[in-house]
Amino acid sequence: MSRKVNKKLITSEILKQAVIGSFTKLNPLNMMKNPVMFVVEVCCFISLFLSVFPSAFGDTTADINLRLYNMTVCVILFVTVLFANFAESIAEGRGKAQAASLKKTQKDTNARIVTDSGEEKTVLSSQLKKGDIVMVYAGEVIPGDGEIIEGIASVDESAITGESAPVVRESGGDFCSVTGGTTVVSDWLKIRITSDAGNSFLDRMIALVEGASRKKTPNEIALNTLLVSLTIIFLIVIVTIHPIAVYAHVQIPTSTLIALCVCLIPTTIGGLLSAIGIAGMDRVTRFNVIAMSGKAVEACGDVDTMILDKTGTITYGNRLAADFLPVEGVEKSELVKYAAVSSMKDETPEGKSTLELARNMGDDGCWEEGSRFIEFTAQTRMSGVDLPGGDKVRKGAADAIQKYVQSLGGQIPRDLHTVVEQVSSLGGTPLAVCKNDRILGVIYLKDTVKPGMAERFERLRAMGIKTIMCTGDNPLTAATIAKEAGVDGFIAECKPEDKIDVIKKEQAEGKIVAMTGDGTNDAPALAQANVGLAMNSGTAAAKEAANMVDLDSDPTKILEVVEIGKQLLMTRGSLTTFSISNDIAKYFAIIPAMFMSSVPRLGVLNIMHLSGSYSAVLSALIFNAVIIPCLIPLAMKGVKYKPMSSGKMLLKNMLIYGVGGIITPFVGIKIIDILISPFVSGLFI
Amino acid sequence: MVQLILTFAIFVALVIPAGNYLYCVASDKKTIMDRFADPVDRCIYRICKIDKDKGMNWKTYAVALMVTNMVMMLAGYAVLRIQSLPVFNPNGISGMETTLSFNTIISFMTNTNLQHYAGETGMSYLSQMLVVTFMMFMAAGSGYAACIAFIRGLAGASRDNVGNFYKDLVRITTRVLIPFSFTVTLLLIWQGVPQNLGSDIVVETLDGMRQVIATGPVATLESIKHIGTNGGGFLGANSATPIENPTILSNMIELYSMMILPGACVITFGKMIKDRKQPAKTKNAAVPLSARLFGREGRSLFLAMTLLFAISLSVCYRSELRGNPMTDSLGVIQNGSMEGKETRFGIEQSAMFTATTTSFTTGSVNNMHDTLTPMGGFAALLNMMLNVVFGGKGTGLMNMLMYAILAVFICGLMIGRTPEYLGKKIEGKEMKLVALCIIIHPLLVLSFSALTVSVQAGLSSVTNPGFHGLSQILYEFASSAANNGSGFEGLADNTAFWNITTGFVMLAGRYFPIVLQLAVAGSLMKKQFVSESSGSLHTDGIPFAVILVFVVYIFAALTFFPALALGPVAEHLTLWS
Repeated sequence: MSRKVNKKLITSEILKQAVIGSFTKLNPLNMMKNPVMFVVEVCCFISLFLSVFPSAFGDTTADINLRLYNMTVCVILFVTVLFANFAESIAEGRGKAQAASLKKTQKDTNARIVTDSGEEKTVLSSQLKKGDIVMVYAGEVIPGDGEIIEGIASVDESAITGESAPVVRESGGDFCSVTGGTTVVSDWLKIRITSDAGNSFLDRMIALVEGASRKKTPNEIALNTLLVSLTIIFLIVIVTIHPIAVYAHVQIPTSTLIALCVCLIPTTIGGLLSAIGIAGMDRVTRFNVIAMSGKAVEACGDVDTMILDKTGTITYGNRLAADFLPVEGVEKSELVKYAAVSSMKDETPEGKSTLELARNMGDDGCWEEGSRFIEFTAQTRMSGVDLPGGDKVRKGAADAIQKYVQSLGGQIPRDLHTVVEQVSSLGGTPLAVCKNDRILGVIYLKDTVKPGMAERFERLRAMGIKTIMCTGDNPLTAATIAKEAGVDGFIAECKPEDKIDVIKKEQAEGKIVAMTGDGTNDAPALAQANVGLAMNSGTAAAKEAANMVDLDSDPTKILEVVEIGKQLLMTRGSLTTFSISNDIAKYFAIIPAMFMSSVPRLGVLNIMHLSGSYSAVLSALIFNAVIIPCLIPLAMKGVKYKPMSSGKMLLKNMLIYGVGGIITPFVGIKIIDILISPFVSGLFI
Repeated sequence: MVQLILTFAIFVALVIPAGNYLYCVASDKKTIMDRFADPVDRCIYRICKIDKDKGMNWKTYAVALMVTNMVMMLAGYAVLRIQSLPVFNPNGISGMETTLSFNTIISFMTNTNLQHYAGETGMSYLSQMLVVTFMMFMAAGSGYAACIAFIRGLAGASRDNVGNFYKDLVRITTRVLIPFSFTVTLLLIWQGVPQNLGSDIVVETLDGMRQVIATGPVATLESIKHIGTNGGGFLGANSATPIENPTILSNMIELYSMMILPGACVITFGKMIKDRKQPAKTKNAAVPLSARLFGREGRSLFLAMTLLFAISLSVCYRSELRGNPMTDSLGVIQNGSMEGKETRFGIEQSAMFTATTTSFTTGSVNNMHDTLTPMGGFAALLNMMLNVVFGGKGTGLMNMLMYAILAVFICGLMIGRTPEYLGKKIEGKEMKLVALCIIIHPLLVLSFSALTVSVQAGLSSVTNPGFHGLSQILYEFASSAANNGSGFEGLADNTAFWNITTGFVMLAGRYFPIVLQLAVAGSLMKKQFVSESSGSLHTDGIPFAVILVFVVYIFAALTFFPALALGPVAEHLTLWS
């Protein structure tokens, strides 16, 4: 399904880039985008200043080397900022690595542009403009995104999708769109370019994955507001505590106040916030789904209703043989025999299942030496076998077979139409079989629900998501499939307009709707839905209207994308909770440390029994710094997500990240204190 | 202990019908008072040319509230300045000084009732009636009106109509404040609280000394003082004096008077929100009792407030019961710390009154908070710093809802959804307003405390240098910013410095949050409702209440922790060393 490349979390190259990135990001202009870490950087500058002029703010202490203390604080703060930058860089690095692999397909190629006079002229693909007409022949790379205006060909899209089997593309209909960077394997195509060079679908995709055009999502902005307001509150606390301490005759070195400030402001989440966002997009990309914006991924988390096409999403499509229906005057065994013969070398699911069904029905024919297999092509729309005796057996779409038989001078059986209709009305696909100019009957290809779908819908229900199946089938068939798959609702004989109506109806009830689609007629519905996942195989219109595109064209992926969206939000929430809960322990480390020397009684609050006030301050500050890299893997991978009721999930996450966030720093600070207290004694004069 | 639990249980029993009644008044439903109040209302509407059916958006509503309050302040200021005129002035009180008048008028209009004067010597009966008692009605009515508008916004019946301020103010006054006060006045008079216009009584005591016993229109003031969670006493010593609060029964009456309407607000909220949800759920499933009594969304808030209240009450009570080692060492035998308390109330009712008056932001006292044990004072101080434990009329609920939105934001993310509360998405704009609203309180309290300890004008008023002095300063500003009005009376606070700073803090602490909160409601009501599914966050249960309590402690209490550590905590640790 998804590509095998870049599965590894972090390569040494990414690591190297990230280290460089964490330094280049120190530029204050860049840091200002992240107010929490900007405050840390400013604090770092202040303590740097104090390392040079220790008594600039009138600090005097008799017991320690103030300059050394200030320098230590300065270094720890510097490292804190670096860690935060590192987190962001490494997330970006992974995105860039993804982009690089996509970029390989972006090699500058030659394009044969068709001029107004009808001549072909060779230009560089980078010079193509929207509206240009180009010709692409077998073996050539398609120079840009476009729509086929003439021709039919098989196209290798493995560069984009990773899927090695070529797909058929033809003008008109839902399969007329091609993507730049893919290769035409057979035949030729005349394409109208639909995007300017440098602005193709792939280009935009790369920019998104790289994080270059990343915009803060609405939820990120709201969370950032919360973090900034917390920072402001704690700045007020720090600024006002100084005169109050002076009143109470407590001497607090400026560096200790800076340490308290940095410890209290939510640096953990502040440092990891953008990394979480980038990593979330990246996880989606890893699934070979390109989200047009982070907002789309976020919206996934809120999905209440999912509208799914039956064919291709819930079922395999009308592909597996379920029965043989002979026409009048033909023995069933004969139909079975020739259906099996035609499918001997047919590797398609239809062919394989036909053979299997025939075997089950007692057919035991085998491959005759000297037979020639005729492959399915887009033009003929049938396949078959030329037997050594000269008999030509064919199976394929009913109308194609009819034409074939007529071309050989054969008669169309009177009841063929009835049989075909009968199969269609059951929601199946009829596949006609003929031997030379005689039509034998029809193979009934039935829809089969993909394995595991029922469990998936069960999971969705646990998440509180309702599923609605859309199908063109009659209500009877639709009900059967719906029951089998376990969806919550279905719309039979569904027209594209019906989809929009359903979406609008659900949205009017305040629901967030997700849907998948590929055809041009799906475009309005994709645009109307809150989350629209278009298939890459679909039309350009559908892709433009959607806010996500699945490169593998696997509609079931919407289920995973929803989980990733939820996971992204949960990671954000959990780390915020963790970061804020940490403050309790940090208070208990620093407050007694600050006041103990002047008000010895406040030592009672030193419940961790930290060895000394300076050691306590530095331990809290070091904990505050190292927790950032410790949480990078979590930010990258996201918190574990298992579908369960919202109440249970809240309780579980609150226990892990809320209560855990209260306890962890108590343990962490104590351990760091034990480790550093021998060195801290070096600070003392 | 049993006494405290019983007291609270009776409160819960009283608050449910009161909440229901308040809900009927707020949502224009029929009430038993309509027969008397309707003609009065019509008369007022006609005289004031109020078009009661004209809706307002949040901005118009906020402007109407502030302009009305401002006009009242100007008029009240004038009365205070000319109160020396011989109109209802049998005791010959002279006019009030400018900065004190400034402070006093803000104090009463903002429902704070911080008193830098002593009623018996600083105010004529005219001022007591025309300024104090009148403003007590109007301040409570304004706060409650703002709250109702806010709830209407959250309930979201319309996209921009939060109601009509004038109509709300009138209805609340005629249907809630006046009838409730009237009843309480009668009860208090029965218990012996004076209600007359005579001059002070001068008597000769048994040991031949002359004593002046204050009197006047006390009972009317006393009733609205508590009903409206105002708290400003007729006399300097407030409800600790036998004149304002003669018996244990009158004490209970006053206690419940101040608890009932803030508690009822929560129920009103629950029921008004439920109104909106009802039509969607047509199935007649069994509704839990608590949800029926408090409204689903109301019960979790009520529980959270109750938890916060119980914690502060038990800290206060235990600390007072533990007593004071310094007086013990002097050989004074007492049960707990009785310093500054009335023997007729004892430790239980004093602690209960202290916790209640600071939680419900009333500010009346039945014991002297300055002489509470350090941790007892800590509990009182913390209640005002949180400013969400039931709170004053309406404002406490609104403040709590700000924290609820914060809690929802964090919890919502934790279950993997973008946050929503009461069916509305919480996004950047709301977070900005909520954040501003939450910053204001610590900003006012801490920055003005820091200013005070840095300037001579502030320091010179501190009668108790050291940790207790810091507690006094923090208390004064926390009380002002929370619009509570109780005082750590040790402070010599009738100076220009204190009058002006606390005056400003009271104004800012009152009107900034109200405007911001109305803006939040205005922003939320424009949004489309999102549907509730089994995957959404449930804000009506016990888990949410517990989380809310934690959020309040982490956001509000941690902010004040360093200051508290140097104030009451340090004092406590030094005392018990």
